[in-house]
Amino acid sequence: MPGKLKAKIVAGRHLPVMDRASDLTDAFVEVKFGNTTFKTDVYPKSLNPQWNSEWFKFEVDDEDLQDEPLQITVLDHDTYSANDAIGKVYIDIDPLLCSEAATVISGWLPIYDTIHGIRGEINVLVKVDLFNDLNRFRQSSCGVKFFCTTSIPRCYRAIMVHGFVEELVVNEDPEYQWIDRIRTPRASNEARQRLIFLMSGELQRKIGLKVLEMGGNAVVGYLQCFDLEGESGLVVRAIGTACTLEKISSTLPATATHPSNSSPSKDMKDSPQAAPSTLGCRSTHSSPVHSASSRLSQGFSVSVPTLLFAGMGSGGSAGKEGGPLKALLRQQTQSALEQREYPFFTLAAFPPGFLLHVGGVVSARSVKLLDRIHNPDEPETRDAWWEEIRQEIKSHAKALGCHAVVGYSESTSICEEVCILSASGTAAILSSRFMQDGPLDTEHRFEEVVSPGCGFCHIPYDELNIPFPAQLTYCYCCRRYKVPDVLFTTIDLPTEANVTGKGCLIQARLCRTKKKAQGEGNATVISNLLPFLEYELHTQLMNKLKLRGMNALFGLRIQISVGETMLLGLASATGVYLTALPSPGGIQIAGKTPSDITYEQHISNMQKKINDTIAKNKELYEINPPEVVEEIIGSPIPEPRQRSRLFRSQSESSDEVSELDLSHGKKDAFVLEIDDTDAVEDIHALLTDSPTPAGFYSCNTEIMPGIQNWTSAIQMFTSVRVFRLNANLTNQGLNKIFSDLCENLLKSLYFKLRSMVPCCLCHLNFTVAIPEDELIQVAVTAVAMSFDKEQLLENGKQSGEKTLIKAITENDEQLQFNLELNAETSAPNPLSSPKGLSEVGSHLSARASSVDYSSFADRCSSWIEQLKLKAHTIRRGSVKTTSSMEKASPLPEGRSRSLRSNRSYSGSSVAVVKMTPLSFIPGAKIIKYLGIINMFFIRETTSLREEGGVSGFLHTFIAEVFAMVRAHVAALGGNAVVSYSMKECVFMENPNKNQAQCLINVSGDAVMFVRESELESTSVQTQSATTHTSNGAEGT
Amino acid sequence: MSVELDVFVGNTTIMDKEVYQLWLNGYTVNDAVKVRIEGGVMEECEASAEVLLSDTMDQYRTFQMCERLLHHPAKLANQLLFQIPPDRQAMLIERYYAFDDSFVREVLGKKLSKGTKKDLDDVSTKTGITLKSCRRQFDNFKRVFKVVEELKGPLVENIRQHFLLPDQLARDYAAIVFFANNRFETGKKKLHYLTFQDFAFCAGQLINNWTLGAVDNIMEDMDVDLDKEFLQELKDLKILITDKDLLDQHKSLVCTALRGKTNVFNEMEANFKNLSRGLVNIAAKLINAKDVRDFFIDLVEKFIEPFSLCLLYMGVIKSCILRMYHD
Repeated sequence: MPGKLKAKIVAGRHLPVMDRASDLTDAFVEVKFGNTTFKTDVYPKSLNPQWNSEWFKFEVDDEDLQDEPLQITVLDHDTYSANDAIGKVYIDIDPLLCSEAATVISGWLPIYDTIHGIRGEINVLVKVDLFNDLNRFRQSSCGVKFFCTTSIPRCYRAIMVHGFVEELVVNEDPEYQWIDRIRTPRASNEARQRLIFLMSGELQRKIGLKVLEMGGNAVVGYLQCFDLEGESGLVVRAIGTACTLEKISSTLPATATHPSNSSPSKDMKDSPQAAPSTLGCRSTHSSPVHSASSRLSQGFSVSVPTLLFAGMGSGGSAGKEGGPLKALLRQQTQSALEQREYPFFTLAAFPPGFLLHVGGVVSARSVKLLDRIHNPDEPETRDAWWEEIRQEIKSHAKALGCHAVVGYSESTSICEEVCILSASGTAAILSSRFMQDGPLDTEHRFEEVVSPGCGFCHIPYDELNIPFPAQLTYCYCCRRYKVPDVLFTTIDLPTEANVTGKGCLIQARLCRTKKKAQGEGNATVISNLLPFLEYELHTQLMNKLKLRGMNALFGLRIQISVGETMLLGLASATGVYLTALPSPGGIQIAGKTPSDITYEQHISNMQKKINDTIAKNKELYEINPPEVVEEIIGSPIPEPRQRSRLFRSQSESSDEVSELDLSHGKKDAFVLEIDDTDAVEDIHALLTDSPTPAGFYSCNTEIMPGIQNWTSAIQMFTSVRVFRLNANLTNQGLNKIFSDLCENLLKSLYFKLRSMVPCCLCHLNFTVAIPEDELIQVAVTAVAMSFDKEQLLENGKQSGEKTLIKAITENDEQLQFNLELNAETSAPNPLSSPKGLSEVGSHLSARASSVDYSSFADRCSSWIEQLKLKAHTIRRGSVKTTSSMEKASPLPEGRSRSLRSNRSYSGSSVAVVKMTPLSFIPGAKIIKYLGIINMFFIRETTSLREEGGVSGFLHTFIAEVFAMVRAHVAALGGNAVVSYSMKECVFMENPNKNQAQCLINVSGDAVMFVRESELESTSVQTQSATTHTSNGAEGT
Repeated sequence: MSVELDVFVGNTTIMDKEVYQLWLNGYTVNDAVKVRIEGGVMEECEASAEVLLSDTMDQYRTFQMCERLLHHPAKLANQLLFQIPPDRQAMLIERYYAFDDSFVREVLGKKLSKGTKKDLDDVSTKTGITLKSCRRQFDNFKRVFKVVEELKGPLVENIRQHFLLPDQLARDYAAIVFFANNRFETGKKKLHYLTFQDFAFCAGQLINNWTLGAVDNIMEDMDVDLDKEFLQELKDLKILITDKDLLDQHKSLVCTALRGKTNVFNEMEANFKNLSRGLVNIAAKLINAKDVRDFFIDLVEKFIEPFSLCLLYMGVIKSCILRMYHD
């Protein structure tokens, strides 16, 4: 009897009138968990019943606690006929099972009915008493914390990052069972909602077990998805990164050094990566691989989609075997990491020093034919499908000389019986520091290399065996290592990265018609189209990137959606100018037939237009990279985050003794040949992307480079549009419509949010779908955040210079070797490089005495061996470690900042709950994670017109979903949801029958935050979270 | 090719004051878009007509969804569906319950019944206010009336608490409710020159001094009805005309109070007896409901018209009468 669940029904309010005669309701409540049901008394004739029930107690296994939701049903008592259901509330008890999360669920929760929507609210109290269970064969995994956040959550410190966890469960979809023909839509919807609740509970429990097995205590970057496969069933799958996290104690000394508390600049606090700054080692360098420099998208590692039919076994994966890798060490690294089934990480932002080099985007897709899942307990086919894809990803990463994949995600697109499985991530080399034992860690520190904001750009692969054509140059920051000319990644921009100017959202959009087909024929058609689609998306991204004068993409997400007669591709990313990478050449247009004079004129006109646009964009995004190496000013480089030691390994430098290889020299321009109408269209498309209106910036990553002074004004929103197409459109026509649809949607957003200017739309997440033939659905969720213009200027200029001077002087004081090294390297980046280098100097002696790592190979192999030793002991997991970490060195004094808008909404009886897709809340500190929010709702109507048509229906439903998320967060004691996302929004309509149905799945992390202004004033005395909460809840 | 569905939902509900006003004024979406285009919002924000249309539709939908909450403003504060900052909530309520003076003049004192509602299209054509807006205003009057009709305690306070209205607006509604309840005739041609604010002022005076609540100040009393007992006793004022001594005393008191304060003093003094008689006659008849309805028209016909005296004067007279009554 490992747990006792207790629930108390207090009261109801705003109930609907159920008895027309009296205009009142005789309400009572059923409380159900598992197979046990309790009932309250009937509270007669009231729309605001006060039940004040006793405590209903359920004695259950903790396994059930994890799987089952608490189900509360409000009914209207009817003496003569059956009782009418008013609505239900499902409560996920998972947050109560973890000691560090919520302790009680208490508050007003909306009563939801799948036909009528929200019908009043109910006030409940839920608690859990857990008994310790020492049974080692237990099936539950209570206590494992789950986070949607794709970085180490604020207020936690990563002790170890174990690696990839995945699981999937399948079931029959109740909507497709025979019984559905005879039951009401309400019963069917409820069966589905309940089933999905159960399945996600089970999934979470199973993943938790894997985490425990690996020795971890948390899952970060938890991504759960549903595949509604229709006839063939319902799949719920999840991936995540197992970690061992430690709560950062709230005692003063600790908080004082923690960047998210007393950091000198707001930027740090606000940056998503303000992970515990464990010092001691800085990341080594990383190399950027870039993705396809020119035409062939190899760097991109597009896997030619392998066409596989269910049951036919796997066809050959198209992953190139990486070519002969020169260095043995690579293989060694590889083999070590192969100890892990999948060296994948769903994290998109990392603790400092974890990410060493970035290779480039790796992605794989495959087309499958769905068939019925015969045995839900053995979801082998689905597992095998994903396994193939993951193997392919792994081999792509290997080809890029990388041993890990970060920013990893998986998705599907289903149309009838065809399913496209996609996975993508960023090939990378990671530091061993979060994967090893403490003692080793100390040793390893010495071989770590400085990454002065450019390290991650350095290529991880061997330049003589580049897996794809690339233009390599010496890093524009340190001048020591090779970097590619363009870098594509799926991760967030590392906070320490040196960036010039600001970033912007870049989208490639594509629509392709396809013949209608069935079964295998259809799958073949789709898989034949996919490579072209990916190639074109890639070319578009490349062109748009160049047009903006930028050289890197972060947060790249490519979504491909299938319909019966078309394929949609949407690639979104945030373009930036990485200071370390060469300046991109322009775009040159070349005509094929230079005979005609008018034609030439046309071309030169177009060329001029393009050049103008590039120039304009450079100004807009403030891209003016330092032209001369010695030049100091110019790049608004983020303030140095680490004051502490940065190490540079000599081994690395030996790697590039390499002769000056300028043969690859920077390519001047990207040539676009206009030889057919297609190309003309492309250029038009390129030029028709309208610029964002003044005062607006946009990105799809966590933060916008170049903007730091966020105010506390944030506005999360979801916008959905469905567009009906005419039949018989050409590819070009379709493209234009699709592109316009996205552009117009963005324009509408800018208009809607104009009162927040200056502001940035962050984490713009587009989802496309083809709900029916001739319908395109685009859904966007993002957050608009205001920032302070004046402070921006001040930061960019004055304080930037100040810190610069400070940094230099400090370096001078601390480090003896500074000058020499500096002279040698003549770094263009004055902030980080000199410091980093000098740090090396200071530790040279120490290193020399311990080990002489003469090559990168040595370093890796030794690391690998250590890994191997440990890895044998645990099957999938990595090595358990308690690494000793140094405290972050005290950061420069915090500048107190006045929050521009700190309106207090006191007086409102409903607590304000903020929502954001980001992992942080500007101007606030997250003091507690209360648990994961993962909710699934179905809404259906048979009176579509009466509810305001499709727009009215969906508008209400989305507002209801928001309301329910907020209410559940508030009941957990929280005042915000971070890392919020709407993962599914399936909308179906049948206007002729006046019907519509919609399914929405949302997730996020419920948190409690405190305004920094309040924190500053109270931090001395307060350790108790409760006082904070009340403050936090009121202020906004 | 068409946009089939287009929604935008913010965690904090976004509401544009200007669009809200257009919606309240009963503009159709297309008309509202035209007004907005003329207002120059497009140039300001680099938007297109398409964007404006989408935004306007979206806002209209939001307002429609909010409307049922606005019918019970107290609910707006503790509902969960829309997250609206309190200052916005106050704005929404205040504007929803705001009314046009020209509209209220048309229905002031009329029974707030279905019949009156049917005639609203005439009111709409006469005032130039859209029918939709007229209906909203009328329904607001009726809703407030229904809620406070049976409530005990001070009228203005009741309205303010139930509808969360700012003080001035609550007073205006009190006047409307009071007029509707007592069915004061305000539509006669002779009364056309009076504005709503004139009547509202009078209503305030009457509520404060002539209702049950005013006299006894006991919570159970009601402000909507005139104090019958008081009206009954007004008959006794006849003595001011019939008794010579009292008439003189009355005259001297009034004259002392008004000397030098009005430029029609001499006329007033000369005609005091007639003036006084007019007033006292009106007062004496007030016990009949019919005469209560005609209170204002009687004041104009029998007092103000003959002597063209200003309202200030009437106020003084009234206070004098009251003073003497209390004596």
